Amino acid sequence: MSTPLFTGAEMVVKALSALDVKYIFGYPGGSVLDIYDAIFQQNDFEHILVRHEQAATHMADGYSRATGEVGVVLATSGPGATNCVTGIATAYMDSIPMVVLAGQVATSLIGDDAFQETDIVGCSRPIVKHSFNCRRVEDIPNIIAKAFYIAKSGRPGPVVVELPKDILIPENKAKFHIETNVKMRSYNPTKKGHPKQIKKAVQAITKAKKLVIYSGGGIVLANASELLTQLVETLNAPCTNTLMGLGGLSGTHKNFIGMLGMHGSLEANKAMANADVILALGARFDDRVTNNVKKFCPNATIVHVDIDPTSISKTINAHIPVVGLVDIVLQQILDELTETQFSPDKTALEQWWQEINEWRAVDSVSYQQDDSKIKPQRVVEAMYKITKGEAYVCSDVGQHQMFAAQYYPFAKPRQWINSGGLGTMGFGLPAAMGVKLAFPDSHVICITGDGSIQMNIQELSTCLQYNLPVVIVTLNNRSLGMVRQWQDMIYGGRHSSSYMESIPDFVKLAEAYGHVGIKIDRLDELDSKLTEAFEIKNRLVFVDICVDEKEHVYPMQIKHGAVDDMWIKKGVKA
Amino acid sequence: MRRILAILLENEPGSLSRIVGLFSQRAFNIESLTVAPTEDESLSRITIATKGDDKVLEQIVKQVNKLIDVIKITDLTERSHVERELLLIKVLAMNDKSRTEVKRITDIFRGSIIDIGKQVYTIQLTGDADKLNAFLKTLAHETEIIESVRSGCVGIARGEKALRV
Repeated sequence: MSTPLFTGAEMVVKALSALDVKYIFGYPGGSVLDIYDAIFQQNDFEHILVRHEQAATHMADGYSRATGEVGVVLATSGPGATNCVTGIATAYMDSIPMVVLAGQVATSLIGDDAFQETDIVGCSRPIVKHSFNCRRVEDIPNIIAKAFYIAKSGRPGPVVVELPKDILIPENKAKFHIETNVKMRSYNPTKKGHPKQIKKAVQAITKAKKLVIYSGGGIVLANASELLTQLVETLNAPCTNTLMGLGGLSGTHKNFIGMLGMHGSLEANKAMANADVILALGARFDDRVTNNVKKFCPNATIVHVDIDPTSISKTINAHIPVVGLVDIVLQQILDELTETQFSPDKTALEQWWQEINEWRAVDSVSYQQDDSKIKPQRVVEAMYKITKGEAYVCSDVGQHQMFAAQYYPFAKPRQWINSGGLGTMGFGLPAAMGVKLAFPDSHVICITGDGSIQMNIQELSTCLQYNLPVVIVTLNNRSLGMVRQWQDMIYGGRHSSSYMESIPDFVKLAEAYGHVGIKIDRLDELDSKLTEAFEIKNRLVFVDICVDEKEHVYPMQIKHGAVDDMWIKKGVKA
Repeated sequence: MRRILAILLENEPGSLSRIVGLFSQRAFNIESLTVAPTEDESLSRITIATKGDDKVLEQIVKQVNKLIDVIKITDLTERSHVERELLLIKVLAMNDKSRTEVKRITDIFRGSIIDIGKQVYTIQLTGDADKLNAFLKTLAHETEIIESVRSGCVGIARGEKALRV
């Protein structure tokens, strides 16, 4: 019997099955119809039909952030592919493993400005980890396997695979062979930290009198949360998480001093500014953390652990760089501590914690709720109580994102899902849908605002089709809150285009899409109505909450200042 | 400070555009760039002349290395190395005097006249950037430069040190 031959489209499907893909997110169109036909004839994975390709990328992204698996997107050539660009950039900035299969016009037409032709590999070049132009049927399986390997290994990221129509059609067939154990001579990411650097790092850590552990999204991506907790407890050190790292150390852990950075807690930013050693784990000294780099922690020795050498000494110079996977490096550090029979300097630690507790006593992350309008922070606290802190919280971008980060202490990694790097409005709802697919029995919240939700609101239709009963909590302040806050603080209160005069009736809109809508505009009904919303298990509930439009996010770093130069409240400096 | 980077990478479609894209995306400077396949056709070698302080150069090297199809990158200027560039230049050579003078200068610089027209000489010269600049300057005193093209520099380390897979 001769070896069976397959079309390119069949190979795409067979490769995805071989790589244990369970869901792909996409939208059909001319150049990928052969793949859709092949998908129709298989049962190994499910295809989720979105209403806009951008949402497909965010859904795949949310799915990946919650599960750790590679998110897979399928889009047609031209507009289908370009609609993915924002989602690819979102995944790139937050190092999320994703594979985008993009259709292309037939090879013979490439370069002719054919119908629905764009150079998607070119368009996406600055925002992908890598990309492939597929040109031969027989190459498809191994290119897809390579794409998965690259997306997932090292510092994860999105990979684009361009598939021209002529290598997918029934006329062209080839033998199917896939090598899932990928080896590449040009790509071998480091895993272990260099032993000499580990020794140096441990020496610095153990000599420190004022150590801070500053941990980021790398801890979440590397599933290193338990090892981080172990290190924090061994050293009894204070630990701050970045926006991307929330849940890396439990938000309720006694050593957790809150998020740091622009809207971080006073104690976190003060601890950073006063530290003599900073141990950065899977964090990248982003400008939303450092504030003015010239004034950043001048007295600290910086130990920087990261899988990506380019992240090290990019903005802040690292005194002791360690390149490696953060879980492996954490284990190496813990082993070295055991070997050197480390015991903490109790007096120094006690003094350090005393200082920190004084900053803590300022209670910088707090607000005043009076009898009138509902404060947005109050909503997040209610959400926390009702879900017992166990929900997946997927956020859009703006004030609500910061309130959620500040007032919902995440106990576990992967529970907090937000576009931290790119800051993509419209991310929240599709991301929540991706999470709900993976965890149908968990509470999945999309916390959003009246601005962000309208950037991908069409996906309410997808939610009905695939029965994805997420809870949408909209902090509705009738304006683009974060823009308005900056205009209040920096632009003399001139609200240029930050006010929305024609916000739809979200309750009716939700109902029109076949869901449940609940409006809350009185403080005395907040808890009861929100509880009611979370009790509805089998239908999507859109909760539209009218909150105080004048509320600002505090604390807030003062522009061009040091990491701990902050406004605690309106007009009150730290 | 001027640096010469040698890069060995997979000879695949898009490899060069990733390098060029990276330099513009991250606002790194390119003074010259040359590229060609090596004796092993699956590999390309790029030489980039760039400028930057130590911090910028560290980022350039790391960022280039991070590209998936880059196999190796080395800063040739860190060690003893040989650097060469090719110049082809067409100059006006109208009368005996200017022809003689152009020929004399070309000989001094160890260049060669590779083509002659009714009123022009075409000259080939190799050397480092400094030599080529000096030649151009000298020629410009004697005659009119009609056209010139430079290859951008290529470089290789001296001694045993080699950039290979």
